[in-house]
Amino acid sequence: MKGIITVIGKDKIGIISGISTKLAECRVNILDISQTILQGYFTMMMLVDLEKMNISFHELKEKLDIVGSQLEVSIIVQHEDVFKSMHRV
Amino acid sequence: MINSFEILETVQMIEKQKLDIRTITMGISLLDCCHSDINIACDRIYDKITSCAEDLVKVGEQISLEYGIPIINKRIAVTPISIIAASADEDDYVKFAKTLDRAAQTVGVNFIGGFSTLVHKGYTKGDMNLIKAIPEALDITETVCSSVNVATSKSGINMDAVRQMGEVIKETAERTADRDGIGCAKLVVFANAPEDNPFMAGAFHGVGEPECVINVGVSGPGTVKKALESVKGKSFDVVSETIKKTAFKITRMGQLVANEAAKRLNVPFGIVDLSLAPTPDVGDSVARILEEMGLESCGAPGTTAALALLNDAVKKGGIMASSHVGGLSGAFIPVSEDEGMIAAVNSGSLNIEKLEAMTCVCSVGLDMIAIPGDTSAHTISAIIADEAAIGVINNKTTAVRIIPAPGKNAGDTVEFGGLLGRAPVMEVNRFSSEDFIKRGGRIPAPVHSFKN
Repeated sequence: MKGIITVIGKDKIGIISGISTKLAECRVNILDISQTILQGYFTMMMLVDLEKMNISFHELKEKLDIVGSQLEVSIIVQHEDVFKSMHRV
Repeated sequence: MINSFEILETVQMIEKQKLDIRTITMGISLLDCCHSDINIACDRIYDKITSCAEDLVKVGEQISLEYGIPIINKRIAVTPISIIAASADEDDYVKFAKTLDRAAQTVGVNFIGGFSTLVHKGYTKGDMNLIKAIPEALDITETVCSSVNVATSKSGINMDAVRQMGEVIKETAERTADRDGIGCAKLVVFANAPEDNPFMAGAFHGVGEPECVINVGVSGPGTVKKALESVKGKSFDVVSETIKKTAFKITRMGQLVANEAAKRLNVPFGIVDLSLAPTPDVGDSVARILEEMGLESCGAPGTTAALALLNDAVKKGGIMASSHVGGLSGAFIPVSEDEGMIAAVNSGSLNIEKLEAMTCVCSVGLDMIAIPGDTSAHTISAIIADEAAIGVINNKTTAVRIIPAPGKNAGDTVEFGGLLGRAPVMEVNRFSSEDFIKRGGRIPAPVHSFKN
């Protein structure tokens, strides 16, 4: 299963590193990554592979919530199919 | 890969524009629960519901977590109880309502629909007993919803049932007077009731439905309004296209959740209901979409045309996005459950007559409208008759969910809380319809229903 992680918040040092370290700990593989500044906000999107993940989806979400509050950004992780079904016919 | 713009669009729809799945409703047939001993029948009903829907709430929460999309309600619809209860020797059907309530609370759903009956052409013994039990059932249960179908395009309008439902609504309001008549918020009087509607309070599991089925209702008025904000001042051609595209995306989300829920629960997928369902929250209002099209306030001249366009475009966009569309599938205009509708009533721009006109071009009918507590049963019956006529003549579903708020007058407000919201009490035409309603009998089916 592939997931998409969206990170939105004020730009600062260490956002990518903080998140990717946590993902590596959970054995989540980052397949693609893109970032941009949108209306003054740092916006990052990651395509990740959750197949080898060593924790449950629920736990991953909780861990990312903690990282998000430390970095003062919002981190959302969703199944890739949400985007595929909405934007691809 | 999906591009960043698309990802952000979806995330914002959910986070900022309150896009959600309004309900996953499991339809369960109770046809195999009939028994002449009412206690055995009730035990069978309880066991069947609690085993079929055991994992419904858990699966709903799992899907919500993994896909990052809120699923607001998990609900159950069952075969109309009048059909199941007809075999029982006893005539007091309140026991069935208590059983449904207990089963709903065991599996953790917030509403269970199906304390219902279909009497568009006449009454059976079961129908009569069920209607008699409605006021008490809605008073003493929390989660049970009731509906009565009094008319169809094929058979006309049962005016005896229309008359009786006016009285039942009054009695239900009086029994729940300490809670502003909330019992009436769980009671719908239908014309052309759909058998696969996932939305409460009118959901029931029709007799043509399978053993067990998953139906899903989407939401998303906030998303449609946001999309229209980007085409301010453009022609209606553009407005219509924009709504279609947005409805497509919203419905795809519904279809995804429906497929996934059906797979995980090992139950067939039934339908997605495309209806734009509002909530009392700011930013989740159908009225505000109509205003975004250029009306100063919902109810102003032009409102019916705006709603017709909205309703049609939602269908056109949604139908391609789902393999099976059903239920009510249109735009909902419940007053108490829509922040913009409440504001429009309070500002004096929206009245019952305009709402009635609006029900000619959208799904459902006079929905969640509070009227003065001293409104007579005849007047309520006459309002039901008008709505039923609109449904029967136009081959569409219409419904009346009206609350004669005990002790309240026009201009007061009643608070139901939660998704049911709060309703400003609306003025009703004070001229009498008593002699009209007293006639009884049936209004025959319209000529255009004879298509064979």
